[in-house]
Amino acid sequence: MTPPTPSTPPAVGSTPPGLLRNFCIIAHIDHGKSTLADRMLQITGVVDERAARAQYLDRMDIERERGITIKSQAVRMPFRKSDGDDAGTDYVLNMIDTPGHVDFTYEVSRSLEACEGAILLVDAAQGIEAQTLANLYLAMDADLHIIPVLNKIDLPGAQPEKYAEEIAGIIGGNPDDVLRVSAKTGQGVEELLNLIVDEVPPPQGDPDSPPRALIFDSVYDTYRGVITYVRVFDGKLSHRDKIKMMSTGAVHEMLEVGVISPEPVKADHLGVGEVGYLITGVKEVRQSRVGDTVTSNARPATEPLGGYAHPNPMVFSGLYPIDGDDFATLREALEKLQLNDAALVYEPESSGALGFGFRIGFLGLLHLEIVRERLEREFNLDLIATAPNVVYRVELEDGSEHVVTNPGDYPNSGKISKVFEPVVSATVLAPSEYIGTIMELCQARRGQLVAMDYLSEDRVEIRYTLPMGEIMFDFFDALKSRTKGYASLNYELSGEQAADLVKVDILLQGEIVDAFSAIVHRDNAYTYGVALAGKLKELIPRQQFEVPIQAAIGARVIARENIRAIRKDVLAKCYGGDISRKRKLLEKQKEGKKRMKMVGRVEVPQEAFIAALSTGDGPS
Amino acid sequence: MYVHVPFCSVRCGYCDFNTYTADELGEGATRASYADSAIAEIRRAAAQTGPRTVETVFVGGGTPTQLAAADLVRILRAIDEAWGLAPDVEVTTEANPDSVDPAMLATLRAGGFNRISFGVQSAVSHVLQMLDRTHDPLRVPEAVRWAREAGFEQVSVDLIYGSPGESMDDWRRTVEHAISLEPDHVSAYALIVEDGTAFARKVSRGEVVMPDDDETADKYLLADEMLEAAGLGWYELSNWARDEAAQCRHNVLYWTGGEWFGIGPGAHSYVGGRRWWNVKHPAAYAQRLAAGQSPEADGEVIDADAARMEDVMLRTRLRTGLDPAGLPAHDHLIEQGLLEPVATKLVLTKKGRLLADHVVRELT
Repeated sequence: MTPPTPSTPPAVGSTPPGLLRNFCIIAHIDHGKSTLADRMLQITGVVDERAARAQYLDRMDIERERGITIKSQAVRMPFRKSDGDDAGTDYVLNMIDTPGHVDFTYEVSRSLEACEGAILLVDAAQGIEAQTLANLYLAMDADLHIIPVLNKIDLPGAQPEKYAEEIAGIIGGNPDDVLRVSAKTGQGVEELLNLIVDEVPPPQGDPDSPPRALIFDSVYDTYRGVITYVRVFDGKLSHRDKIKMMSTGAVHEMLEVGVISPEPVKADHLGVGEVGYLITGVKEVRQSRVGDTVTSNARPATEPLGGYAHPNPMVFSGLYPIDGDDFATLREALEKLQLNDAALVYEPESSGALGFGFRIGFLGLLHLEIVRERLEREFNLDLIATAPNVVYRVELEDGSEHVVTNPGDYPNSGKISKVFEPVVSATVLAPSEYIGTIMELCQARRGQLVAMDYLSEDRVEIRYTLPMGEIMFDFFDALKSRTKGYASLNYELSGEQAADLVKVDILLQGEIVDAFSAIVHRDNAYTYGVALAGKLKELIPRQQFEVPIQAAIGARVIARENIRAIRKDVLAKCYGGDISRKRKLLEKQKEGKKRMKMVGRVEVPQEAFIAALSTGDGPS
Repeated sequence: MYVHVPFCSVRCGYCDFNTYTADELGEGATRASYADSAIAEIRRAAAQTGPRTVETVFVGGGTPTQLAAADLVRILRAIDEAWGLAPDVEVTTEANPDSVDPAMLATLRAGGFNRISFGVQSAVSHVLQMLDRTHDPLRVPEAVRWAREAGFEQVSVDLIYGSPGESMDDWRRTVEHAISLEPDHVSAYALIVEDGTAFARKVSRGEVVMPDDDETADKYLLADEMLEAAGLGWYELSNWARDEAAQCRHNVLYWTGGEWFGIGPGAHSYVGGRRWWNVKHPAAYAQRLAAGQSPEADGEVIDADAARMEDVMLRTRLRTGLDPAGLPAHDHLIEQGLLEPVATKLVLTKKGRLLADHVVRELT
C-alpha cells in the first residue's frame, strides 16, 4: 500500500462537489446525538477538547437545560480520509443539525432536504423511538442515504445484536452492517467519518445555472440581524450579489456569505453543494423563511426548489400579564421573540377574567412552553397561560363557518350544525407487554386503532388516529407513566373529523370566567366539569367571602363546589424573636399575592389556570 | 431586657423555640455554668449600650425554672449592676407548673421577680400528652397558690388551643380551669405547626390531623367570650388582662417598637435601628463569651420601610389600634367588618382579630 499523498484542504465556499459530503444525524433526544457531534468536531480538529463546550451545537440556554435541540445549525468539518483507496484525500463534511421534537417536523424536513445522507443513531440499550422512526421515514422519503449506527455500545445494558436486527428490519439490509460506536469514548467514530465519505453521495448541481439555495434555518442575532443558513443546489451565491427570496420576490442586499467551522468564516461565494450562511441585513426571520429558495436578483432562477410550506400554528393559548400594567412590555417582548421565531403568531385579545393579553398560536406544546419560559425569563414577566386548545371549525345552521381558536368564542350550541376537530395520526413504539394499557389509554382519549406491527419479538408499533385536543396536554405523560417510560410517541396532523363537542364553562360567584372555558367531547363533559370544579376548589385559597364554583354547559349546571369564606388566618405568637421572621414572611406573602390574579373579587393563583388542564384522567 | 434560658427537661414536639434537654448539650454549656455566660454577655452589652434604665425584664425559654432560683436572681442582679432597674420595673419569669416549689418561688420573689407566667397549655390530660407536656393538671392550682403566697403581684397563664384531638368541650374546660385560677393575665395561642419540629413531621406523615381552621376560630371566640365575662379584656389579639396594670409591659414594648437587649443563645436584640441575634447553640454561645467574643450570629438594619411595616404588623394586633394617618386605603376593611374606628384609632373587630394577618397584608 502506497502512503497517501497529503492534499491541501479545499477552499471555503468553492469546494469541488466531489469532495463534499452533506449529512445529518437522526436520533432521539437522549441517544447521544450531541455527544457524537462533539466527538466528530474533535476528531476533525474543528474544536479541541478543552475548548469544546459541552454539546456545542445547542446554542440557547433553554435548549441546553432541556437537553433538546430546537434550532438546527450546520458545521463544516475538514476531514482527511484515513482508509480505502482515497486515504489521505481532504474532504469537507457538512454536518447539519436537526431539531428533535415533533413540534418542529417541518424544520426537520427542510434540514433533511439539504443533505444527501443521514446517520440513523440509535441507543444500543433502548432501540429506536417513535420520533426517530418518523424522522427516518422523512429521510427515506427524501431519498437520503441512511447509515445505521448503534451508539453507547460501552454501556452495560447495551443489546447491539437485538437492536441491529430491529434496525435492519426497518431499513432493510444486514444487521452486521450496522456500525457500532461509542460517542462517549470515541470508539468507531473515525470509522463512521470514513464511511460517510464512502457511502454518502456527493452533491450534484449545475454550477452554471442561475443560483438556487434552500433556506434550512434562519436565526436572529442581536448584532448581525438575521443569519440565514442555506444549502446551495445550483450556481453560486456571491457576497456581491443582491439576492431574491423566491416565495415573496423580496430583494435584499447581501452583506456577507460564509461557512460555520465552528465560528463564522467569511467566503467570497458559496458554490454547488456548499452549506453556509448569508447575512442580508433583514431584521426578522419571517423575511427569510425556512424552506424558501434564495436566488440572485440579477440572474434569477425560474423555478424554486420544491417543498416550501408555511408552518401553521396547531395550538393556541392566551397569555396574560398578571400585572395589567405589563401589557405593553408583553407586546414588545412578543415582537422581539418573533424576530427569531417565524412560527410564532399572535394577536391581542381581551378576557373578562384576565384583562388584556394575547392569543398566541404555537406549533405545539413544547413550542408554547419555550415561548412562555423565554418571556418570563428574558423579559421578567409574570404570565398566566390559559389552557391550550386546538383549532375547531364550526359550521352553523345558517351555513356560515367559523374557525374557533379560543373556547370563549365558541358559538351557542343551538346554532351549531357541525363541529370539526383536528386529528393526528399517532405512532407509539413500546415493549409488547404494554399493548393493553396503551390501547386502554388511546381508547379513553377517543382514539381509533389503525394498525399494529411487531418491530421485533417483543417490540410493537401501534398506530392510532386520535383527536389532537385529546393528546395535547398530558397524553405523553400518561403514556410514559403507564409504560414505565418505555413507550415513545410521534404524531402528525392528519386532517379533521366531525365530533360531538360542547363548551364547558366555569363560573365563580355566578360569573363565567372565560379563561377556564374548554371545548370537550359531550361524553366527557360531566367528568371534566366535576374534576375541574374540584380542582379549583383545592387551588383557590379561601377568601373573605364564600365563592361558589359551578361548571356548566350553556345554562345547565353540571357540577358545583363551594369555597367557604376564610374565618381565621394565623393566630401565632409574635414576641421579640419572632418579629424579623414574621416581617420577612409578610414580605414573601405580599410577593405571592402579586402572583394572584383578581378575577372579579376572587384572588386566583397562577397555577389554577394551568391546573385546569391536568384533569384529563379525572381528579388527581 | 430579655433573657433566654435554653433548657427544658423534655423537648415538646410542637415547640420551635431554641431549647435543649440536658442530653442534647455538649461540654461548656451546662445548666450550672449558664448564668456565668449570661452575666458575661450582660457586661459586654452594658459596655455597648452605655447607661440605660431597664424598665422590664423577661426571663423566658426553654424553661427558666430549670435553672436554680439563685442563678436567676444572680442574672437579675447583674442586669441591675450593669444598667440599673427602674423603681417600678416589671420582672417576669416563665415557669412550668411542675418545676416550682414554695422555696424557689420565695427566693425569686425576694430576689426581685414580681411577675410569673405559668405554661399551663391545657387542663385536659390527652391534650397535654399530645403536646408532650409532662405536668399533672391537678398541680397547677397549687403552683399558682404558692406564687401568690410568695408575693408575686402578677400571675399569668399560657394556654394553647387547636391541638389534634382537642374537642370544643376540652377547650371550654381548659378556659374554665384557667379562669378558676384567678389569673391577672392570660395568653392563648392557636397551635401552629412549625417547620422542622417533631410535630410537623407527625402531621406530614398523617399520624396526627390538625383541626379544621373554622373550629379553631370558634375556640378563639369561645375563649374571648369566657375571658371577657371573667373580667379579663383583650389588649393584644392573643392576650387578655384584668386591667391595664396587668398587661405584660415587656411584650407591649415589643409591640410598640420599643428597644430591647436579648441575652442568651439565639436571643434577638433591637437597639438603635438594628436587630441582631445570637448564635443558637448554648455551647457555641458559651465558647464565644469565654473567648471574649461577641455571641452575635447575624443581624439586619431595620430601615424606614421595614420599621413602618413592622409597626403596622405589630400595632394592628393591639386593642390600642392603629393611627389611620399614613395607612393605605382601608375603607374596604371597615366595610367588611374587620376594622372599626374607635375614637381616633382603627381597631380590629372580633372578626378582624381572627383575620389579623390578612388585615396586616392589606395595610402594608
